[in-house]
Formats: sequence, structure tokens, C-alpha cells
Amino acid sequence: MIGFFENIEIGHANEVGSHRFTRDEILSFAQRYDPQPFHLDEEAAKNSLFGALCASGWHTACVWLRLLIENRERMLAAMKEAGTPVPRFGPSPGARDLKWLKPVYVDDVISFRATIVDKKDSRSRPEYGLVVSRHEGMNQKGELVISLQGSVLVERRVALSP
Amino acid sequence: MLLPMNAQGETIYWENFEVGRVVPLGEKTVTEDEIVAFGREFDPQPMHTDPEMAAHSMFGGLIASGWQSCALLMRMICDAYLLDSSSLGSPGLDEINFLGPVRPGDTLRAQMTCLETRASGSRPEVGIVKIFYEVFNQDGDCVLTWRCNQFFGRRPGTSAS
Repeated sequence: MIGFFENIEIGHANEVGSHRFTRDEILSFAQRYDPQPFHLDEEAAKNSLFGALCASGWHTACVWLRLLIENRERMLAAMKEAGTPVPRFGPSPGARDLKWLKPVYVDDVISFRATIVDKKDSRSRPEYGLVVSRHEGMNQKGELVISLQGSVLVERRVALSP
Repeated sequence: MLLPMNAQGETIYWENFEVGRVVPLGEKTVTEDEIVAFGREFDPQPMHTDPEMAAHSMFGGLIASGWQSCALLMRMICDAYLLDSSSLGSPGLDEINFLGPVRPGDTLRAQMTCLETRASGSRPEVGIVKIFYEVFNQDGDCVLTWRCNQFFGRRPGTSAS
């Protein structure tokens, strides 16, 4: 369960959400950010290593991000409703080992899952701690299509003493 | 854009990448409207979508999603050289570092440095390049870096098959 830094348990896993990648979305993202032929043009994609039109890897990552934030907001709203104090979140310092393992094709449904893998103190922001998670996205055939290690600052109940 | 990697109009192949060479990739100014639109679509947190609430955040104002900076860097890479290359996609990145905030009106400047090139062990027509990408703002602060792995087709007739 989501909570303040002290309450987050290493090993905890949760389903973040799923998304169907429509042709229109794939084209719209590619036109704006990644206009390589295999993300924009059916014919070119057929003749590429991918064999068919597929989403930009950054599109897959951005959809993961949206589902992650929406899932977090739902959990925080439930905590608020229950009268529980709600932690603040800081920015993310980045990600590691982002892997695009299989293409995401038109109408593939990708389901994302997050597992807490590490917690670290933040020396520069003593009122927060760094939570590291492994994120995975799987298609409807059960194949892993994306994985990455992400991290985010989560508020502590009690700030670290300097 | 003409890179120092190839002559105008020529396809950039794996063989064109030189380890250590720094190549500029162009500039992009980010507007408040773009930051809010991207935030609403992909990263709906107040620090990216709501100027009023963002004013009370640890950054004191609206900032772009780090993943928006990634998307913008990808576009700069496409426009600078990738669309003129034998790009075969990417298996992923070793690292993405969000090093500082990107604010409305910031002008981002990107550059790349090739770290390593190697032939594919399994596919003789494919080469692998590891590239370090850096994005700076108008004050010269580095706001984003990638260590990225990319596949490129080899120049026809040069692959050892």
C-alpha cells in the first residue's frame, strides 16, 4: 500500500493499470515526438525489423507514467476520504535500465505492475526519502514489452535529523 | 540539419559514428502551454499542470515533466539525424537522469557524444551504438542526460557476413 516513506515495504507489488494502444494514439504520439517510419507508416513498418506499425518506446513509457500517476492519485484520494494523513511526493531523479523488450503493436493491451525494490535516505531533502521501484509492462499474450527501474521522493512522517 | 558525421543527403550508417565526437542536435524552446498540455496528457501532477499550485511546490513554479524533456529530446534527435539514418530502433537506455527543472520559456539545447560502437554478434547487418545525450538550458545548466543504446544498419557491402 502507498503511504509515507517509513511505511513503504520493499517487495510490495501492485497492479498499476492497463491501456489499449490504438492506431490513432500511436500515430499522434509519433507525429509529435518520434516520427520514424516504423511508428508512422504501415508499409515502411512492414519492411522494418518490427514487421508492423508499432508504438514509439517513449509512447509506451509515457502511458506507463500516466497510469502510475492516476493510480497513485486514486490511492491518495482513498486515504484522504478515510481521514488518513496523505504523504507528499517530490520529483523523480530519473530511471535506470529502461528496456524495450518487444514492440507494442496496434490494439495491444499493456498491463503495468510496480514492485518496490529499495528505499534510500535523501541527504539533500531530509523530509523525503527515495523509493526505488521496478516497473514492468506486459502485453495480452503475457510477453514483457517494457521494464524499467524508477525512483521518486516520498515524504517521511518524521524528517531525518541533520 | 547537416551533421559533421556525413555529407548532405547521405544516409548515416553505423560506420559513421566516431567514439568521442560531440555532435550538436539543435534547440527547442518550451512554452507554458506545451508543459501543461503534456502534463495533462501523460503526467497529471499539479507541478506540471497547475501554475497556482506549482507556485507552492518545492520548485516555486510550473516545471515540465522529465518525460516531456525525454520526448522533446527524442524529437530533436529525429530532426537532427535519426530520420536521415539507418536507425533500426533502440533496445533501451542504461540511465535517464533528470538533473534540473525545465521551466516555461526555457530554451533547451541538446548534444550527443558517442561512447561505444560494436557489431551485433547475431546479426551481421546490424551495429550497436551507445550514445551519451545531454540537454542544457539557456544558462548552461544540464537538465537531462541519457545513456542510450541504439541499433543502426551497417553500410551496404561492409558487414562481415
